Amino acid sequence: MSETVVISAESKPHLPRGMHLKHDATRGEWLLMAPERVLKLNAVAVEILKRCDGKATLGEIVDQLAAAFAAERERIEVDVRALLAELVAKRMVDL
Amino acid sequence: MNAPQKVSEAIAAPVGILAELTHRCPLACPYCSNPIELDAREGELDTETWKRVFSESAAAGILHAHLSGGEPASRRDLTEIVKHCRDVGLYSNLITSGVGLSEARMQELADAGLDHVQLSIQDAEAESADRIGGYKGGFARKMDVAKWVKQVGLPLTINAVIHRANIARAGRMVEFAYELGARRVEIAHTQYYAWAYLNRTALMPSRAQTEKAVAEVEALRKVYAGKIVIDHVVPDYYARYPKACMGGWAKRTLNITPHGKALPCHAAETIPGLEFWNVREHSISDIWYNAPAFNAFRGEDWMVEPCRSCPRKSQDHGGCRCQAMALTGDARNADPICHLSPFHDKVAAIAATFEEVDANVPAGDYVYRTLKTQAPVA
Ligand code: SF4
Ligand code: SF4
Repeated sequence: MSETVVISAESKPHLPRGMHLKHDATRGEWLLMAPERVLKLNAVAVEILKRCDGKATLGEIVDQLAAAFAAERERIEVDVRALLAELVAKRMVDL
Repeated sequence: MNAPQKVSEAIAAPVGILAELTHRCPLACPYCSNPIELDAREGELDTETWKRVFSESAAAGILHAHLSGGEPASRRDLTEIVKHCRDVGLYSNLITSGVGLSEARMQELADAGLDHVQLSIQDAEAESADRIGGYKGGFARKMDVAKWVKQVGLPLTINAVIHRANIARAGRMVEFAYELGARRVEIAHTQYYAWAYLNRTALMPSRAQTEKAVAEVEALRKVYAGKIVIDHVVPDYYARYPKACMGGWAKRTLNITPHGKALPCHAAETIPGLEFWNVREHSISDIWYNAPAFNAFRGEDWMVEPCRSCPRKSQDHGGCRCQAMALTGDARNADPICHLSPFHDKVAAIAATFEEVDANVPAGDYVYRTLKTQAPVA
């Protein structure tokens, strides 16, 4: 039900306590560790979540990614919003 | 290390360990999933052994350490164990009744690196909750614990097991969990194993009550979207196909009993003839890859018809081995929940008992879970 989540460009997404980004040596993958759950992350999701430190705003995160990957800002913003909306709905990211 | 046994597919690394640190518990829930024969305090693994188990777990690729019981707070070394889990990189999840925790101890656990608390509640009302748990003042203590969890900044999950005495408040428990500040709530209808099996006539709700409760909780998903995540475990008597029990036998997690026995699931000991290994003699990775009980139902070669030639077999792995054992007398059979099972009538018979339950008759007396006295035979 991600459509119920509204994320403003000023919000500062971050992983709440009990959520960790983890590089798992056994499986050679990036994981998002949650209570009772583990989410496998693709490369894009890892880059987004690494920047969700509670200081950068959504707009700044998109700027950073656009610069780092020389990609179109609009496309990146769509990806970032989609991922965050999904994780906010699961209570895995706070704004 | 023993020579690895042949299994038809490569065995994936385990992802979780459920550590039953002790079977001691101040509560006495009549549906407790611990075995009827509880492990006594004498013979519990010591701190150093548990630490070794967690080090080996992390090395074997395990991600989550679920610290459970009984009541894990009954162990004085709980903080030390939590700290060790953090040191070796395990995500630690405390599964607690709350009784035995204090504000200071909660702070200590948070400082030691605890990641998450799952707190059980017996009901959303004090009097009923305390009667179900067999412990006066338990409900009030849980309210304090929820507050302390929040104070120290840890995420909270509320877990409620649903049965006849509290089913009228299944939906209320979701609301209540949200009020307590939980991010997640588990509403789990009783599964009739172990103590719950012994108490099934006092615990089982009617079909009408069940359907109403299930619908109520499902409807709340919309209301609480983005506020609290609802995990709902519904009874499977009316399903056509079984669930993939444990995500498949020895595929994802293992259980360690207080005395160190390694089990593929908490009911595995109800299957006769399985050889279980103990962490005192074997490392976690040796157990995971080589213990006979773990390899007994791995892959699909052990299956018999109708599973053997069924296209769904890699999806549901033939359901629950322990349920197949209990209802058909052979753990290799299809879980009789499946409508293709020749034993499906046994499930239909249970469902029929369910149908006859008169919701207006009081639930009756429980056989409370206890370490001390021998429980009567079912
Ligand atoms: S279910 Fe009840 S009796 Fe069993 S361990 Fe949990 S709190 Fe204790
Ligand atoms: S026959 Fe076996 S594998 Fe097929 S659906 Fe039933 S339980 Fe699952």
